[in-house]
Amino acid sequence: MEKIESPADSRKLLDKITFDLTRSIVKKDELTRFWFFILIMFAGVGLWGWIVQIKTGLGVTGMRDYVSWGMYIANFVFFVAVSLIGFLISSALHLLKIKWAKPISRVAEQVAIAFVALAGIIIVMDMGRPDRFLNIFLHGRFASPIIWDVTVITTYLAISILLFYIPLIPDLALMRDRMGHELPKWKLKLYTILALGWKGNPDQYKTIYHALRVLMLLIIPVGLSIHTVTSWLFAATLRSGWDTAILGPYFVAGAFVAGTAAVIVVMYVYRLRFGLKEYFEDLHFDYMGKLLVFVCLVYLYFNINEYLVPGYKMKAADGIHLKELFKGNFSLMFWIAQGAGLVLPIVLLLFNYFRKPLPIAIISSVVLISAWVKRYIIVIPTLEHPFLPVQNVPENFHNYAPTSIEVMITIFSFVSALIIISVLAKLFPVITIWEYAEDKGIDKKYLSEKPRN
Amino acid sequence: MERNTRRNFMKTLGASVGVAGVIGSSGLLNSCAKIEANTGDKIKLLTSSGELVEVDKAQLKPVDIPSLTENQKRGRQGLPGKSWVMVIDLSKCRNARECMKACQKHHQLRPEQHHINVLQMQDAEHTAPYYMPKPCQHCDNPPCTKVCPVNATFKRDDGIVLIDNERCIGCRFCIAACPYSARVFNWFEPRDAEKYAGVTYNIEANVPQKRGTISKCLFSADRLRDGKLPSCVSACPNGVYWFGDRNEDAVTNGTTKETTNFSKLIKDNAAYTLMEELGTKPRVYYLPPKDRAFPFQGEIEQSHIS
Repeated sequence: MEKIESPADSRKLLDKITFDLTRSIVKKDELTRFWFFILIMFAGVGLWGWIVQIKTGLGVTGMRDYVSWGMYIANFVFFVAVSLIGFLISSALHLLKIKWAKPISRVAEQVAIAFVALAGIIIVMDMGRPDRFLNIFLHGRFASPIIWDVTVITTYLAISILLFYIPLIPDLALMRDRMGHELPKWKLKLYTILALGWKGNPDQYKTIYHALRVLMLLIIPVGLSIHTVTSWLFAATLRSGWDTAILGPYFVAGAFVAGTAAVIVVMYVYRLRFGLKEYFEDLHFDYMGKLLVFVCLVYLYFNINEYLVPGYKMKAADGIHLKELFKGNFSLMFWIAQGAGLVLPIVLLLFNYFRKPLPIAIISSVVLISAWVKRYIIVIPTLEHPFLPVQNVPENFHNYAPTSIEVMITIFSFVSALIIISVLAKLFPVITIWEYAEDKGIDKKYLSEKPRN
Repeated sequence: MERNTRRNFMKTLGASVGVAGVIGSSGLLNSCAKIEANTGDKIKLLTSSGELVEVDKAQLKPVDIPSLTENQKRGRQGLPGKSWVMVIDLSKCRNARECMKACQKHHQLRPEQHHINVLQMQDAEHTAPYYMPKPCQHCDNPPCTKVCPVNATFKRDDGIVLIDNERCIGCRFCIAACPYSARVFNWFEPRDAEKYAGVTYNIEANVPQKRGTISKCLFSADRLRDGKLPSCVSACPNGVYWFGDRNEDAVTNGTTKETTNFSKLIKDNAAYTLMEELGTKPRVYYLPPKDRAFPFQGEIEQSHIS
């Protein structure tokens, strides 16, 4: 787009951008209400499941002494994985000065915040004694990877919230100044408080740029840590299937696949629902498609290492584990995860057509589901085959199958993540207005102008 | 505080080693009978071996039960100067499962919970099957205590790996970390939870069991403190178990009560430890199942060899 020169043009374009990007906040409709109603209802049912679990004990799940980690932990790994996208898009790509990713960074942060928050919650739901949660702080032992995980996940959540909030400040001021007549009082008040008296002078922008740069650098080690440490919860044990040195990078690579797919799906929903065709352009989907192919290729490389190397040797316990995956009870899930979650996107997304918004949104949904399946078969099969035989225990100790309570709590966790994303989308613009306007050549001085009418 | 717990204890008629001691020693009972006439007021008590007995109220004496904090403190320290080891003679085991029964009784376990589990093993194709009692290995390099986020499971100076069920948060990381599947979890309300409600927790026996926390073999640390052998060792009818102190280099057979030289026993019989390649350094030694005293009965139910 050519540089805009005249103040009138600038103001006009800014008005249009502001209008388009705040429509999702202003507009009220039945569908939104219905959406929240459904989400809250499901979340309520899930919470009830948790109450039942607290009352009766973890025995209401399918977990037993051998498979002692089940679907909750699979969800946990999945959530941590998806949340890692915040680090990739709003930090790594920014620092590499990759321009096209800019409008996507707020979507990525929404996803990051929602999923990392739920990762923290689901782990509490997996505890046998959630009432003793504070023991982690009272008696925390720094030799345990769980303590590292608690540390990095809370840090990551904090940095992600800051990375979401700081670029939001000028937008909040913009809405405070311009949208007084369109918004309910409480929203206006919220924006006024959160805008921290933003005036839009160059010094303030300088502070924002500086803060963002520090945060973007900070989140790199923290982002890599959250998923590496999560992998160490498994890699720190002696069990076949987990006891490998590449588990850390393997998890990180897999996380980028899941996260990229999640962001594409959310982008597509926003584009459709909030009428943002001109903002989440075909070009963005095209680039995100290429990014997905790239991260899938990296993940494929790690998968080959993870399965081919032990598969070649077939050491006793590894062999049992791998046979179970390749052609045993878990083979269907394994091949879905590898086929639909990895090979399919790599092949299809090489074609232009499949990188168009709708096809890529569908492919990304499939990738996302496969990514969850993959986390399931990372956690459960290993536990079903300990080194010593499973004997003198009831039948249900041998194999794990999730119960309805587990399904309910899982639904609660997913729905809660969606609630967080939806609330953020209904409260704040899904694209950073001032950054977008600046990219379109609008001078910052117009941003802090009071509306003329 | 301490007195209060003591009163609670009496009120709830809880199990205690002390009371059991009073009941157990008939000499003391006789002397009591001489001093005081029976009031006829009977009271029901649970002995440490799990039996419900009835005694006259007049014969009851309060005993010194350490408070919970005191119990937790001494439970963490262990018995000074000791270094416990167990030797399991696989050639003697005939799957009598008396060890399992005694253990479940002592530690108030549900039928599916095993601190010690007698497994049917076959090491390779065509080799002879055998029975292998498998308690916690009390490793000197324990993978389980390393991963505990709250220091609820720990290694004592006398070699025992213990759990503080008043601290455990139930994350089950230790189950995942243990290669010997030695740990169990209280998925539901523990066995006889109502019966033991209000009884002061004893860290050295894991009793009463607590819902939502981990439990496992602890070499009957409470019995060791009283100078007794672990429940499983004493219960075995076939002389499978030897138990003792490595510092003294002596182990005692639970069945024959014969005491022998520990290092000689494991050397002469080519003892081994389970999965030593993992580097966990177990404190449980196995004597190979050669010249079995009892033939292996029945089929191998399920084996780790596929």
